[in-house]
Amino acid sequence: MLTQEKTAELKEFAKQIRVQTLEQMATRGFGHLGGAMSMVEILSVLYGSQMKYDPRNPKWDGRDWLVCSKGHAGPSLYSALALKGFFPVEELLTLNQRGTKLPSHCDRNKTVGIDMTTGSLGQGLSLAAGLAFAHKLRGEANTVYAIVGDGELQEGQNWEAMMFSAQRGLDNLIVLVDNNHVQLDGVTADISNMESLDAKFAAFNWDAQRVDGHDLNALDEAIEKAKQQGGKPHAIIADTEKGKGVFWAEGQFNHHIEVSREAADEAINAILKQ
Amino acid sequence: MSIILSKTNEISEKPMAKAYFEYLDENMVNPDILHIESDLGLAILKLDALTIQGKYPTQFIDVGIQEANAVGVACGMSAKGFIPFVHSFGTFITRRVFDQVFISGAYAGANIKLIGSDPGIMAAFNGGTHMPFEDVALMRSIPEMTIVEPSDAVIAKALFKAAADTYGMFYIRFMRKEAATLYEDGSVFTVGKGNVIKDGGDVTIIACGAMVEESLQAVELLKQEGIEARLVDMFTIKPLDDELVIKCARETGAVVTAENHNIIGGLGSAVAETLSESCPVPLGRIGARDCFGQVGDVGYLKEVYGMAATDIAAKAKEVIAKK
Repeated sequence: MLTQEKTAELKEFAKQIRVQTLEQMATRGFGHLGGAMSMVEILSVLYGSQMKYDPRNPKWDGRDWLVCSKGHAGPSLYSALALKGFFPVEELLTLNQRGTKLPSHCDRNKTVGIDMTTGSLGQGLSLAAGLAFAHKLRGEANTVYAIVGDGELQEGQNWEAMMFSAQRGLDNLIVLVDNNHVQLDGVTADISNMESLDAKFAAFNWDAQRVDGHDLNALDEAIEKAKQQGGKPHAIIADTEKGKGVFWAEGQFNHHIEVSREAADEAINAILKQ
Repeated sequence: MSIILSKTNEISEKPMAKAYFEYLDENMVNPDILHIESDLGLAILKLDALTIQGKYPTQFIDVGIQEANAVGVACGMSAKGFIPFVHSFGTFITRRVFDQVFISGAYAGANIKLIGSDPGIMAAFNGGTHMPFEDVALMRSIPEMTIVEPSDAVIAKALFKAAADTYGMFYIRFMRKEAATLYEDGSVFTVGKGNVIKDGGDVTIIACGAMVEESLQAVELLKQEGIEARLVDMFTIKPLDDELVIKCARETGAVVTAENHNIIGGLGSAVAETLSESCPVPLGRIGARDCFGQVGDVGYLKEVYGMAATDIAAKAKEVIAKK
């Protein structure tokens, strides 16, 4: 259970992630806003409470890893990394600028603190499983986290990775499904229904939980609980809302949209007033 | 420090696959070396697979029939310093998983070694579904990918070692069957440098893989007609030994390429690109001519696809006539 102070700190961190993500997207006037905003509380709990990392030594052997398989959500992850000191916050404004180190999609060769390159959906879970298995073989206690989108789980490779992870008992792998129920072309349930995801993971012999993905306490507790359970890889289905926290985007199709300076300022003001 | 040519070119007693087993058996004492398999372990290693599994149980990782995940897991493991060799048939380890190899592998700067077995007509009775005539073309289009195709067991073993010792993505196009002995133990090979294995001044045959042995026979056929052909084993398809290609073109004035692959996108294309830019000479290409594979014994398939020694010799005379 998070203390009141810690909850307040994570809440503020989440706000700042949203603000900085809007700032980034406003510089070019567009971005993958919806999916970046839906996973903000997940990022807040990971980088504010659960993950072991050292921004001064980003490749530290003892660190936990994050594979953000939904690579298009890079900007909110960049915000979390900058706010935690991996690189200067001002650098966020170089998103998608010429020669930038911050491309739309996560790139481990370009951005300090990005552990894996993603962007072609459905590949991150295998990478995370490989990392988790590698730590097992080396006898190391690092945890590997992965954030995958519900739409992205339509890719068959994920289910291959699920079988592999269960077969190898990768209990050092914690997958957070950013279950925002919407993909680029519409509502996931209308296109290729993925529910019930917790039952699907459980059927693949995973430890599966389901939580409100915008509830910081619930997310933190679920990760704590996962860490206590040995023998199986862990899935936390985090029910979220695409575009969460940006009032003019919530409830709209907001996968990749225009973000004008004025619209960004309005949203930032609203977030800071909360 | 160079190659030592075999004097006899006899067909080896052991299949080429044994070279891979020997490589693993000798090198898995390094716990970072892994073999990641998609349910074709017994195909490439036969019962030696059990020996490797017994001796190095954590280093032989069979993920089952899931090539995309095999590549992803390998890329993840390479980020922790492991050196995975990932095997499937040539069709599946390139064509089926192209995007995984491209993004999780090459673009992400991973360090994995793809082994594609049964190249081209070596797929024989598995037929058109399993006959990769396009794998080299696919892999050549990926930046920073190294592509090698060994022609005998000695160079195969050396190339497995070179791949493991060099950080980066490799595609090793690997036939499993018995092959002619071309090199003696102790030969030293350099990726990026082709091997001249027969000298001659009338024409150059640039071949790779199984077509090196076939080309050796073509050299003999040409000799009977008074034509001195030079033969290059261009095991290093990417990077291609441009310098050697240009030198041979200048010195012999005509070139034939011979590959067990589609003439589109493979060795023939690579050589044509280099010659067109730097030293245009008459060129002929031996290989499958933009068509699919089919079932058959290797001898039959060589005839069907125009890959026999007689075809190579005829092509050599054709390009010489154009000089």
